[in-house]
Amino acid sequence: MSARDTQKQWRVLTAKVGLDGHDRGVKVVSRALRDAGVEVIYAGLRQTPEMVVEAAIQEDVDAIGVSLHSGAHMTLIPRILELLKQRNATDIVVFGGGIIPQDDARELKKMGVVEIFGPGTSLQSIIDFVNHGFKAA
Amino acid sequence: MGGTIRIEMSLAGALLSGDVRALARAISLAEDRDPQASQLVAEVQPHTGNAYLVGLTGAPGTGKSTLADALVKVIRDRQQTVGVIAVDPSSPFTGGAVLGDRIRMSRHTLDKGVFIRSMGARGHLGGLAAATREAIHLLDAYGRDVILVETVGVGQSELEISTICDTVVLVLMPESGDAVQSIKAGILEIADVFVINKTDLGGAEKTRRLIQDAMGLGPKQAWRAPIVLASAAKEEGIAQVWDAVRAHQAYLTESGTLATRRQQRLKQEVMALVADRAREDARRVLDGDTAVGRRVRENQNGKLNPYALAEEVLDQRASQGGS
Repeated sequence: MSARDTQKQWRVLTAKVGLDGHDRGVKVVSRALRDAGVEVIYAGLRQTPEMVVEAAIQEDVDAIGVSLHSGAHMTLIPRILELLKQRNATDIVVFGGGIIPQDDARELKKMGVVEIFGPGTSLQSIIDFVNHGFKAA
Repeated sequence: MGGTIRIEMSLAGALLSGDVRALARAISLAEDRDPQASQLVAEVQPHTGNAYLVGLTGAPGTGKSTLADALVKVIRDRQQTVGVIAVDPSSPFTGGAVLGDRIRMSRHTLDKGVFIRSMGARGHLGGLAAATREAIHLLDAYGRDVILVETVGVGQSELEISTICDTVVLVLMPESGDAVQSIKAGILEIADVFVINKTDLGGAEKTRRLIQDAMGLGPKQAWRAPIVLASAAKEEGIAQVWDAVRAHQAYLTESGTLATRRQQRLKQEVMALVADRAREDARRVLDGDTAVGRRVRENQNGKLNPYALAEEVLDQRASQGGS
């Protein structure tokens, strides 16, 4: 293996956390990430924070993207951040999407979530987010 | 450099001590073709050779992931630990991928005896990813009893799985009669166990007869691949699938074929590594400031003899003493 073949491939775990089944948004985002050159591991519906963090560690992802439409985001997303801390895995960044009010989004960002993609987000802004190394553009 | 090596040594140490993050990171290094990965694999090599390697292959949509999920349950019930490597295709245009095999295995996520890793094929042909072999070595050293390798959905000639596993399970589904006919020259030959999945759809018996007839046309083999009917989604027939894998393992062990298979596997792996290196050396010679490289670059009319050029590249490589 020579240096010229070495390339870091971005990997992202996407998941629906909690009990809502609205998975169209997360699928659109997963597809957009794929088109931006990312390997997306889609974990599917009804994931618990524990499952999300364990899967993210096994898959050695750079970022976790969670989608919630249930209103439980202020419970479940902080729990993910806490579990990442417990596993010494805070290098894995967390972003979110779904129906998340702006005040809550601000609060979540203060806790360490890097970005919240709400309804109406352009796919280009998601691609920019990837190209900025999973930092808010 | 010394610092890097020390870090990788501790990564190997962490992996061997059962650190799941170290294992996951090591697989990523192999996938990214990081130079540290080969050293890492070499370092854990003394701890490998204990896992039993089972390949799951078959056309897209036959239920490989669901069968993997059901098999993991059976294997765990029998007190063995499992590593799953699930390969899905990568986009040839962007390099991106959506890896969805994990969804079917969600219920095992929090079981410490199960490690699941999704891999993008990343341009590798043959049904696997370029780093699948490394991932197997790493999981083996990590101490998994069984490693399940699920290929991308395959067609007729993606047979590489047979060169990396002890037992190959070919997953078919009912009403694939025509498909069975068309593939019997290729992939049917590598099956050690046939599974006709989705028996709940009906028509499984007909498919079973077709395969049996196709096999009956060939010479008698020492191992006659059993045909197991199953419904992975309903978890029916799964214990029988695993029993068939175990029977094949017993056959390999008792007949001495297991050792032969593993020798073959090592040979294949060495050949793949040598080919990788040779390809890289050839590219370096051709892209570099060499007579043959210049001639190729400056060629306008396409009238150079590629065979002669290849000889020149090989000579050049030999005179440099290889890499």
